[in-house]
Amino acid sequence: MNTLKNLQLDATGNLRHFLTIEGLKRQTLVDILDLAESFANIKAQAVKKVPLLRGKTVVNLFFENSTRTRTTFELAAKRLSADVLNINITTSAASKGESLLDMLHNLEAMHCDMFVVRHADSGAAHFIAQNVAPHISVINAGDGQHAHPTQAMLDTFTIRRHKGDFGDLRVAIVGDILHSRVARSQIHALNTLGVGEVRVIGPKTLLPMDHRSLGVHVFHDMESGLAGVDVVIMLRLQRERMEGGLLPSEHEFFQRYGLTGDKLKLAKPDAIVMHPGPINRGVEISSEVADGPQSVILEQVSNGIAVRMAVMAMALGRQPGAETGRET
Amino acid sequence: MTGPIHIRGGRLVDPSQNLDREADLFIRDGRIAGIGTAPSGFEAQRTIDAAGRVVCPGLIDLQSRLREPGQEHKGTIASETAAAAAGGITTLCCPPDTDPVIDNPAVAEQILYRAGKAGNSRVLPLGALTSRLAGEHLAEMLALQESGCVAVTNASQPVHNTLVMRRALEYAATLGLTVFISSEDPWLAGNGCLHEGQMSTRLGLPGIPECAEVIGISRDLILVERTGVRAHFSRLSTARAVEMVADARARGLPVTCDVTAHQLFLTEMDVGVFDSLCHVRPPLRTFRDRDGLRAALADGVITAVCSDHQPHDPDAKLAPFADTEPGISALETLLPLLLRLADEKVLPRNKALARLTTGPAEVLGNGLGTLALDATADVCIFDPDAWWQVSEETLVSYGKNTPLLGWELKGRVTHTLLEGRVVFERNDSCY
Amino acid sequence: MTTPLQHDLDRVLAGMAARLRATLEERGITAPLMIGIHTGGVWVARCLHQLLGIEEPLGTLDISFYRDDFERIGVHPQVKPSNLPFEVEDRHIILVDDVLQTGRTIRAALNEIFDYGRPASVLLGILVERSGRELPICADVAGLSMDLSPSEQVKLTGPDKLTLSLKRVK
Repeated sequence: MNTLKNLQLDATGNLRHFLTIEGLKRQTLVDILDLAESFANIKAQAVKKVPLLRGKTVVNLFFENSTRTRTTFELAAKRLSADVLNINITTSAASKGESLLDMLHNLEAMHCDMFVVRHADSGAAHFIAQNVAPHISVINAGDGQHAHPTQAMLDTFTIRRHKGDFGDLRVAIVGDILHSRVARSQIHALNTLGVGEVRVIGPKTLLPMDHRSLGVHVFHDMESGLAGVDVVIMLRLQRERMEGGLLPSEHEFFQRYGLTGDKLKLAKPDAIVMHPGPINRGVEISSEVADGPQSVILEQVSNGIAVRMAVMAMALGRQPGAETGRET
Repeated sequence: MTGPIHIRGGRLVDPSQNLDREADLFIRDGRIAGIGTAPSGFEAQRTIDAAGRVVCPGLIDLQSRLREPGQEHKGTIASETAAAAAGGITTLCCPPDTDPVIDNPAVAEQILYRAGKAGNSRVLPLGALTSRLAGEHLAEMLALQESGCVAVTNASQPVHNTLVMRRALEYAATLGLTVFISSEDPWLAGNGCLHEGQMSTRLGLPGIPECAEVIGISRDLILVERTGVRAHFSRLSTARAVEMVADARARGLPVTCDVTAHQLFLTEMDVGVFDSLCHVRPPLRTFRDRDGLRAALADGVITAVCSDHQPHDPDAKLAPFADTEPGISALETLLPLLLRLADEKVLPRNKALARLTTGPAEVLGNGLGTLALDATADVCIFDPDAWWQVSEETLVSYGKNTPLLGWELKGRVTHTLLEGRVVFERNDSCY
Repeated sequence: MTTPLQHDLDRVLAGMAARLRATLEERGITAPLMIGIHTGGVWVARCLHQLLGIEEPLGTLDISFYRDDFERIGVHPQVKPSNLPFEVEDRHIILVDDVLQTGRTIRAALNEIFDYGRPASVLLGILVERSGRELPICADVAGLSMDLSPSEQVKLTGPDKLTLSLKRVK
């Protein structure tokens, strides 16, 4: 079942599923960002939608609750004129592979075109993509601790809007890298797009053992880690990390790794501050910074819609490449 | 009882006698009756032409799950012993993690009865070390010993409580029972499902660190030393753990160890993009570990290779990686993989075969694994030059779950004899 | 194979402007808006916009997101943003494109315009009206008319010096 070819691409190298950033070419990521830029302009219209996916059915298949991510996917699909079906499945009802497959086959039988999948298991989106009917595209909206590729694309989209070229940038990702699908996808996206330096900052308990294979520089303190960076990405700290004994307390974490106005001064004066949300104020970031002039956190949210529109449009349509005459 | 059999013209490879030459083999009354020349009055009822083939002792597998009782949808004693025979295996040890657990004589006897009825290979049950394998109370090891269990083990469930482990080893030592130990620190292993390293980092899956095995083994080695029990460490996966066993052996401790055949070939990298067929416990490790295991196999620190056969129904592997069940269907690839090690010059062929015959026989201490005169006539005949492809069609086992699907392997069993009886004979068009 | 066509486009555009002016007068339209369709249509519209002396800025449309062949050819990532720097609600609009063949682009453009508001009327000005219509759409004012086979394509190059060429496709 593990095929050598990249599951995400069709025979001509076009995006078919969007499961992970890993293995995608830089041009594919740039195409997504460019297309998202075009979609970001639609909001000038009175009718904020385009008919690209008219007649298509997108199913939001959420095995894990996330109102925010689901909402932006739903809005993105609706702005492309697709019909949207939201299905929330509690993990208890469908934790076994068999019932998961049965459910997928049932949805296939209803002639759906795209599954947007959020699941607590790493690899769930790959598994679904391997087992769905060939006409269905799968978009990974977060699988376990593995990947959250649309989040990484909206983050790089936001960075590009503020900083332009990626080549000279220093980006620091702060916090729980080990358990973060967002961080993993961000690192792949930033490296693929040619960011000058990607840093991760956190205590050893929250960093993967084998961080070298991710292609990042590791720092254990903010003082050296934030020096001269252009972008600071704060990750959400899950409460259960405290219960798991990975950290003594939120207080102590904030003291060393929380982003305050003082610590932010270590970065470049024009550095931007990002956070995938939802924010724990006073745990990983102070309100002063989260609501301050360098914060682009709310922008990330609105950019999320344009980026998700771009990914959906690319996965459901053919992509450029084949020289086709425009019908006039 | 079948009549006398004459195996003609084969190459006899028997590590127990340092034998590696062309010679005929004569079998009568379930025993080896002659090597090279027929005993007086021998009249073959059947002659097997073994020209161009290797004739060796029937293989001994120290660890294979037959799934009966409890999980007959994955395999049965009849189906999996037939697969064993197709792989040249005449003796296999079945661990006690059946349902119900082999922690009382009734289950052991039932397995022996069913295996005898199927008649494909010799099944030796391993009894539970602790009751229900729960790691709390000692199992009735004496009763298990008397009902035919050849050793005791807690299978893949480590005994968390070190005091219980010590008592269990002491009691087994009292009875002269060998203990099979799979060591792993349960807290370090946690809910891990693959090696903690490059792949666990990339895939965002919880990993099992090398130190989980190393710390588990070091605790158990110290207890073995204290209790004087005869211990066999099963399915080592790290080079570091093997070094520790080597040290213990050098100090004269009565310990042996084995490794699974797949650990000698596959690494964490084979997990690729969530390939659930590579989900095994202990997990596939690094290239460094694989090479360390290979070196220890050649050195003789590792004296046995087991299949760790775990057949599954297709659904068991159809889920996101962590939700799939670990294990590989491995009986039929055991011999070809060892032959491949010889081809790759890891160790000579007769030594490779020793790891499947004399090595495990010494662990069991039951006098099997030899073609010596008058020994039980368990024989494996294989064509060392025959290539075949591992596929759902070519595998006899119920379980088609192997990452080797699609691999071309060299070396194919043509006949298997159990106690002088042909229990397997390949009827492919080429044979 | 591409052959340049020797039309004097300045004269053609001047003729178009004259006829557009007459049509506007006839309909009693005093303050029209002009919208050009990317890419060639914008070039043509820029000239007409000047010739007609329209005060309000030129609007531009990229109809990529409104095409009906998305499933076959997908969407180009570098879609130029549509830019309508005015309200279209209740306004008279002159829609301009370079070539009218199947009519599908105009259908998409009308749809897109209606997503911005409800215009009072739309006039269609086309530089080259050629054969091959697939939808009931025709130009109100056309600069040139050509009868071409389906294998022939007429193409406008610009933006500095507008020229037409004919391309034969296999």
